[in-house]
Amino acid sequence: MNNALPNPREEKKNAFTASDGMMRFNRVSPVSNGIFSLIFIVLATLCVVPVVFVIIISLSSEASISTKGYSFIPAQWGLDAYGYLWKMRSTIFRSVFNSIGITIAGTMLGLVLTTTLGYVLSRKNFFMRRFYIWFIFIPMLFNGGLLSTYVVNTQLLGLKDTYLALILPLACSSFYIIILRTFFTTTVPDEIIESGRVDGASQLRIFAQLVLPISLPAIATIGLFLTFAYWNDWYQAMLYISTSSRDLYPLQYVLVNIERNIAYLTNNAHVMSADATVLPSETMRMAIVVIIVMPIALSYPFFQKYFISGLTIGSVKG
Amino acid sequence: MEVRKGFIKNGSVAVKKKKRKQKGAWIDQLQLLLLAAPTTIWYLLFCYLPIFGIIIAFKNYRVAAGKGFIWSLLNNSPWVGLDNFRFLFSNNAQKTLQMFRNTVGYNLVFIVLGVAIPVTLAIMISQLYSRRMAKVCQTAIFLPYFLSWVVVGYFVYAFLATKEGLVNNLLLSFGNSPVKWYQGEAIGYWPYFLVFLQLWKTMGYGMVVYMAAISGIDGTLYEASVIDGASKWQQVKHITLPLLRPIMSIMFIMAVGRIFSSDFGLFYRTTRNSNSLTSIYTTIDVYVYNSMFNTSRPVYGYTSASGFLQSALGCIMLIIANSAIRRFDPENSMF
Repeated sequence: MNNALPNPREEKKNAFTASDGMMRFNRVSPVSNGIFSLIFIVLATLCVVPVVFVIIISLSSEASISTKGYSFIPAQWGLDAYGYLWKMRSTIFRSVFNSIGITIAGTMLGLVLTTTLGYVLSRKNFFMRRFYIWFIFIPMLFNGGLLSTYVVNTQLLGLKDTYLALILPLACSSFYIIILRTFFTTTVPDEIIESGRVDGASQLRIFAQLVLPISLPAIATIGLFLTFAYWNDWYQAMLYISTSSRDLYPLQYVLVNIERNIAYLTNNAHVMSADATVLPSETMRMAIVVIIVMPIALSYPFFQKYFISGLTIGSVKG
Repeated sequence: MEVRKGFIKNGSVAVKKKKRKQKGAWIDQLQLLLLAAPTTIWYLLFCYLPIFGIIIAFKNYRVAAGKGFIWSLLNNSPWVGLDNFRFLFSNNAQKTLQMFRNTVGYNLVFIVLGVAIPVTLAIMISQLYSRRMAKVCQTAIFLPYFLSWVVVGYFVYAFLATKEGLVNNLLLSFGNSPVKWYQGEAIGYWPYFLVFLQLWKTMGYGMVVYMAAISGIDGTLYEASVIDGASKWQQVKHITLPLLRPIMSIMFIMAVGRIFSSDFGLFYRTTRNSNSLTSIYTTIDVYVYNSMFNTSRPVYGYTSASGFLQSALGCIMLIIANSAIRRFDPENSMF
């Protein structure tokens, strides 16, 4: 189930079995195949083109933008945007490091929180199992809503303007726990846990040294869910980080705020130097978009099989 | 259960195990409880405290200076019964109606298209001759799912910006006058844009879920139907779709449970929260956000009331959808 599509090589290996011959006979007509292919090529292009477009814009010179606008074929290429990002590297690097740090810390914490409860729920003899199933199920049905959550997080937990506000609220989700519980129940043999118990290992040790090492695929799946969620998050920063704490901004939120930021930078640059008028603001924001998108676009094709397996387990009833 | 299995296989081992188990049972349970503790604390702080905090909706919440949230809530905020809700539906009726209409309206479209399109595409892609091409296209279509709405908002801006945007430049080069896309004059297009963007971003996800289900279908079913002379269309209608029904039911129930929620980023970021488009993108979430942050001071009363309605109605809808499915199709309900 890991790969949604059968491996083409395997298909070739069994090329002459009866069933394959049947499937060959049972194919759609070449015309339909052509039409379907065309539809998918169009859709695939539609999904990739904006990324390419933004990369091209970020590599256009500011002069080209002001005469020709955003275009797939700029009048003139240029690295103005990246040069400018380099000039304000203290701000940009700060937010890149924030994003990376938050992503790593959040993923670690999230994995600890989800795997432990996932394991506990997979133990059928745990006396509070039914209680815990409801305990994680109720928040899936009902939540406090934005206002109540915000008031609790700021006025009770004191998370306003801290890194914790960007990490803690996203760390755990009932969906992840259910995926892990399903994985532990279906793929970790009871014999392994029993053997650990017979050898006198504590539950913590069984969990850390026996269960986790053989559950790496599931851990990778949840880890990826968490990584992408943290890397893409801007909403928490918008809620909990005020303008007085710019140092805490993750990269995504810099992008949200960029209009305000560019105005701020322009004003400051004006004080410092005379060339503030040539500030490549149009291309610069696209350059930041590129910095955010590139790690995702380059890595997800290799990771998507873990995503798919997670989605498949997650949508199984259980 | 494990012990009982062992019992049938080998009596003496099971007896030994049982003794061990009784001796170490409570310590075992305690260790499991300990393992569950960090997550329990997380849930109490980040899920159950806000659920408890929902009583703000029935109070006139006032922050007491220097005192915490719970003290303020319990001692400094008088009960006002349903006053907050009354305000929502009398003084504020027009806006309330608008946000509910937007939220539910968009979600209805998303539910219908969000099931129909991915299922169709998943069936189509499973029919492609070239596996390699199927894989490449599926990977490309999955890409937008991994991007944030902020980034998507900038993609949209690259096309729709008034001065530099690609669309306006094309319009100009064909001799048409440019359109101010983020202004009131383009308001009629935005519902279509929003639906398109939502589908564009989530299509790949739905497709992958249904493709996985299709690849799990037993191939002999199709072979048997071919021998009986079934056409491709009949195969889809009588084999593929019925076998996709369990997963479609689950996706449907979950979507109905979210019918009063909206993806804040879609509505708030892709429209660049333009003032002249508010009637198009103000969903409950956007409304709550605006009345908390885009005002001089947060309005607790009717904001929390709309948040409460959103949660409560969503929960009710989920239960209704689930019991409807359970009634007609008992095996495929979620709980």
